[in-house]
Amino acid sequence: MRKDASRDGETLLRVSGLQTWYPIRQGLMRRQTGWVQAVSDVSFEIAPGQTFALVGESGCGKTTVGRSILRLESAQKGEVFFEGRDLLKLDSNSMRAARQHLQIIFQDPMASLDPRMRIRDQIAEGMRSFGIGRNESDRLARVRALLERVQLDPDTLDRYPHEFSGGQRQRICIARALAVEPRLIVCDESVSALDVSIQAQILNLLRDLQEELGLSYLFITHDLSVVRYLAHQVAVMYLGKIVEQGPTERIFDAPAHPYTKALLAAIPSVDPERRGGALAVLGDVPSPSDPPAGCHFHTRCDVVMERCRTQVPPLFELEEGCSRCFLAEPTNPGD
Amino acid sequence: MSVLLQVKNLRTTFPSASGPMPVVDDISFDLARGEVLALVGESGSGKSMTALSILRLVPKPGKVSSGSVLLAGEDLLRLPVTEMRRVRGARIAMIFQEPMTSLNPVVAVGAQVMEAIQLHDPINKVDARSRARALFAEVGIPDPEARLDAYPHHLSGGLKQRVMIAMALSMRPEILIADEPTTALDVTVQAQILTLLRNLQRERGTAILLITHDLGIVNELADRVAVMYAGRLVEVAERKALLSNPLHPYTQGLLKSIPSRTPAGERLPEIPGVVPSPDQWPTGCRFSTRCPLCFEPCETIQPEEIEDSAGRRVWCHEVERSMDAESSS
Repeated sequence: MRKDASRDGETLLRVSGLQTWYPIRQGLMRRQTGWVQAVSDVSFEIAPGQTFALVGESGCGKTTVGRSILRLESAQKGEVFFEGRDLLKLDSNSMRAARQHLQIIFQDPMASLDPRMRIRDQIAEGMRSFGIGRNESDRLARVRALLERVQLDPDTLDRYPHEFSGGQRQRICIARALAVEPRLIVCDESVSALDVSIQAQILNLLRDLQEELGLSYLFITHDLSVVRYLAHQVAVMYLGKIVEQGPTERIFDAPAHPYTKALLAAIPSVDPERRGGALAVLGDVPSPSDPPAGCHFHTRCDVVMERCRTQVPPLFELEEGCSRCFLAEPTNPGD
Repeated sequence: MSVLLQVKNLRTTFPSASGPMPVVDDISFDLARGEVLALVGESGSGKSMTALSILRLVPKPGKVSSGSVLLAGEDLLRLPVTEMRRVRGARIAMIFQEPMTSLNPVVAVGAQVMEAIQLHDPINKVDARSRARALFAEVGIPDPEARLDAYPHHLSGGLKQRVMIAMALSMRPEILIADEPTTALDVTVQAQILTLLRNLQRERGTAILLITHDLGIVNELADRVAVMYAGRLVEVAERKALLSNPLHPYTQGLLKSIPSRTPAGERLPEIPGVVPSPDQWPTGCRFSTRCPLCFEPCETIQPEEIEDSAGRRVWCHEVERSMDAESSS
């Protein structure tokens, strides 16, 4: 858990009412028969120097949110204000320019690095296209400094990706993202494929870089223990919607939504005195192309009420954050 | 508890330009009847290769070059191929991380389980189907009759893993080898599968060799834990002893680097460096290049096994030195 390092009221990224649905097409005429409701009505803000974590299980839409912000997927509705401009309304040239300050690091570094390109060229490529560095020798000096910054030997810059381990490749991806001087980095399951000893190294590196450079992270992950270590704010997603949001400490110590509680309770503990603590949630995540009526979580919820099956709960304000559950509904003062 | 499986001095090698390269190097451990033993390690530690060696399924050109694998006293490594085929499935079954790649996508899952049953047991289709239905019910598949006719792509990841477990249990094996059985699953579904495995072990008395990198899963399921690093065992202990008082510096580092154990605001303890590849394993202790306690003999001499009265085993010069210091004072 981390102290809030942001200055009051300042926002680097503001997402509001984001909706990304994919059409389902079937049959000979490819007629549209339905929608995969990947992301519906998602809103949040990220302050400079902060880490915002988007968590949830597979199919909850967390990755689609990240990709929609970068316009790697096309959102149908909503606004994505970054540095004062709505990214969803930019033409492709302005969007390309905006990407300088908006980078992404994926789960599988091998798939996002070009296997036939020396790492010096991969790191310098972005600098060239955004005109960073006076000339090639200046850029080379920057590549060396970046490699050193991510704790790789600068003399390895002429090597190819396959000559590095998984953790080292993720460091290369971080160096490549940093090369264009971003303000926000979307980390999509960036440490999920790494062994725990390597994961700790990368998490510490990301945190050091944030403190030095004032970077913001949108940290997309299914692993809540990583979130607790890195994030200032957390949003929990289920079937395309944010179901709970708040400061990291509050989410972990006093989760409000039954899904957040279930998610936290399902994590096996390493405390030898707490065996059998990993509690199962009934059933599987329903399909986002046919989400349950009412509250999407009602089919698996252990405190489900009659109205949950038919009425869609809005996001209710909590003292810190909000929860999409009727249990969080404020009672009338007269009652 | 009586010993069911005994792995002795197992060594598995792959050919390389500089001669046979060991990926599993002189591993010995026991598995008792009804026991859950976790084999823990990071990628490249040789834990999966150990399991494949036990079943004689090491991919070519790799091979088990020495050692023995005794199942109730009989060495599996010396069995004729046809008899070994009967051991697989009937006495030792295995489930994998990816249920999607282990199931045939064009055959209904019920037929696949029936095929597994009929392979070992000459019963007719009707009986095989009713046994498959009973197995589906036992592993908690809702509406088992209808699900027998479903194809793998109709089922969620959690249900597919339940089908795999049903298939593995169909011949009532004495040992179930589970290789990262929940790694591909969501955490809420993972908890369901862990509960299922725990109940099966309790009710059927099946011994489980659980291969995992996740110490939380170890805590949930294991009775004993064997920690591997770079092809060798570094520590074998009871679950509680290992998690509350790890002796080997690698086990200590693994536990410390779990993010949820670091208090708010503190820096995450790291194990420096990376797991070396088999062609770069140090001649001494395999962990010496990353060990914070490394001293003079570690880089050149392999540590010997130290075993205490409780059967706890550890391979570490530093532990040996501190034990010597204790006993002489």
